[in-house]
Amino acid sequence: MPLLKLIGDRLLPAIEEAKNEVSLEDWRANRIAHPDATALVIPNDADIDDLRCDVSGFSAIILEFPAFKDGRAYSQARLLRERIGYTGEIRARGDVLRDQLLYMVRCGVNGFEIAGAASDGAETALQEFSFAYQASSDGATPVWKRRRNRAAAA
Amino acid sequence: MYRYDEFDATMVAERVEQFRGQVARRLSGDLTEDQFKPLRLMNGLYLQLHAYMLRVAIPYGTLSSKQMRALAEASRKYDKGYAHFTTRQNLQYNWPALVDVPDLLDDLAKVEMHAIQTSGNCIRNVTSDQYAGAAQGEVEDPRIWCEVIRQWSTFHPEFSYLPRKFKIAVTACDHDRAAVKVHDIGLRLYKNDAGETGFEVMVGGGLGRTPYIGQTIRKFLPKDHLLSYLEAILRVYNLQGRRDNMYKARIKILLNAKGADDFASLVEKEWAAMDAKDVDLPADEIARIRDYFAAPEFEPLPETSAGLDSNSTKNKAFGRWVRTNTHGHRAPGYAIVNISLKPIGGIPGDASDAQMDAVADIAEQHSFDEIRVTHEQNLVLPHVKKDDLYAVYLALEAAELATANIGLVSDIIACPGLDYCSLANTRSIPIAQRISERFADLGVQEDIGELKIKISGCINACGHHHVGHIGILGVDKKGEEFYQITLGGSGAEDASIGEIAGRGLSSGEVVDAVEKLVGYYRENRQDTERFLDTYRRLGAEKFKEALYAAA
Repeated sequence: MPLLKLIGDRLLPAIEEAKNEVSLEDWRANRIAHPDATALVIPNDADIDDLRCDVSGFSAIILEFPAFKDGRAYSQARLLRERIGYTGEIRARGDVLRDQLLYMVRCGVNGFEIAGAASDGAETALQEFSFAYQASSDGATPVWKRRRNRAAAA
Repeated sequence: MYRYDEFDATMVAERVEQFRGQVARRLSGDLTEDQFKPLRLMNGLYLQLHAYMLRVAIPYGTLSSKQMRALAEASRKYDKGYAHFTTRQNLQYNWPALVDVPDLLDDLAKVEMHAIQTSGNCIRNVTSDQYAGAAQGEVEDPRIWCEVIRQWSTFHPEFSYLPRKFKIAVTACDHDRAAVKVHDIGLRLYKNDAGETGFEVMVGGGLGRTPYIGQTIRKFLPKDHLLSYLEAILRVYNLQGRRDNMYKARIKILLNAKGADDFASLVEKEWAAMDAKDVDLPADEIARIRDYFAAPEFEPLPETSAGLDSNSTKNKAFGRWVRTNTHGHRAPGYAIVNISLKPIGGIPGDASDAQMDAVADIAEQHSFDEIRVTHEQNLVLPHVKKDDLYAVYLALEAAELATANIGLVSDIIACPGLDYCSLANTRSIPIAQRISERFADLGVQEDIGELKIKISGCINACGHHHVGHIGILGVDKKGEEFYQITLGGSGAEDASIGEIAGRGLSSGEVVDAVEKLVGYYRENRQDTERFLDTYRRLGAEKFKEALYAAA
């Protein structure tokens, strides 16, 4: 599956060696057995407030979107960024579509396994809106803060 | 009224362009219908039985005259010269062509309107009291908070693919006209004993296949923390709501599976853990929004109007209309005017382009340029001088909009039913029309008093039958339309779910059944008792007997 990565505000094809993946369950059960693991796969029903393991050592965490309408991983991504403070790559896997990329990016996802056809115009999709109303994990300045900054500058 | 600044205007314009691109990809074949469906459904575009249907958001049911004219113009330009007002204070066009929809949305964007999040599994248009800003006894204008929620929920990245659709309603009066207890979240703004203003937060109300009355999960939420608390509720729901069965995916199922107390603890825990500082709006932004909802400059007037009194005596029909269709206003000498979209024998909630233009003109002249849409599918002119009521009445009458039946037996909520909807089992509109014709005499209607009939053409309950004083549910029995009667429901502050009365009735029997129930009520009511009160006093059995007694 082709991989796109968010670099700055650009979405670029990434060519890299496959990660050595381990599931959250296996990692919790016996981490000694997975000395080479570089990516943690978290199922979308896992409780991020109760991971019971340190995830900071993984270079990527893979979140699952089994169907485009299953949006649990949006919350998981935000919790990983904002509550756990994870700074590595958060990668979206599954039914990843062009028209969802902006929401994923806003929730802190920065790697995307996306089929070739679905990625057409992917970069454009990130630039369709100039502002965001609400604060999220991408650090975008919410509209209310822009209003305040503008008022202060006037 | 709230007015867009450059940020709001940019967001809506960019959404139109984004959707234009999505429609172009569909028309060119780059997107299949399956791929296009979730995209159009984020923007209010449904594929119905015969055509596309576009649902336009009317945030918390407030419109200016200019916006109403734009809606009328769009109905001429892109539809068949009429539109339909819905139970969520929105408007639907039933016949637009796909290729025209981006242009239609572009026209609406010019008057600060859109179709954002009017469908899909996201936070839908926030609804409110149609008398907001005009009602007596209101704590503050609930639309301030509706607008706060509108901005926060628009394109919310975390909550756009929820397990199911999500509806929020806000009221700020003791008398609930917004049906907050049958919403996913109902918010009641009130002053506590310490004199602070905050929200009672109710969660898990809803109709559909499994009706529930919402439960209070927080008695008092200081109002400045509204958004972070909503974010906590939505996060718990997004992570834990069921996704295996769409009929069990609403938050009401989650709340009732866990129990209200456990659900509340989950929310409180999430809320405590959250960094709320960038979620809750600072005081200056709330004040900025509040300023838009400042009351208009009411003239100092005496409470009574000599002209109103003499015209009510001279013109009996006007007198009746004043009694049934106007409501007390907070400012002396003013009244709230309800415009019925339920003419006898008509289609509930429909308005022609000419009628929409007429309402726009009347509002501009007599109601500070403001119009409201009600969840009961009527319109409201919120601020009319009592001295002007006769002129307003005559203008409404000329537009065939002066039916004096607000809250009465022919003021029926009906879903579009099998005449339009691909989910329906039965027709709803013709039943409403026939009931309305049976009780055509407005004098009789006034004597019967408040009686809310609500009709749904299938179990999804878009016609709110569960909370009708008399509810009518259409069911398909071996290819034949049957109707089940429920009794004793209410969507107001005394909310309750109606009870099924007994065996289903044929389409031919329904109107007689309603007449029998009404007849029994009139024989047995005490004093000024409403139908609902008599039903609650006497109990279901008596009414069932009356309903099924051999003729």
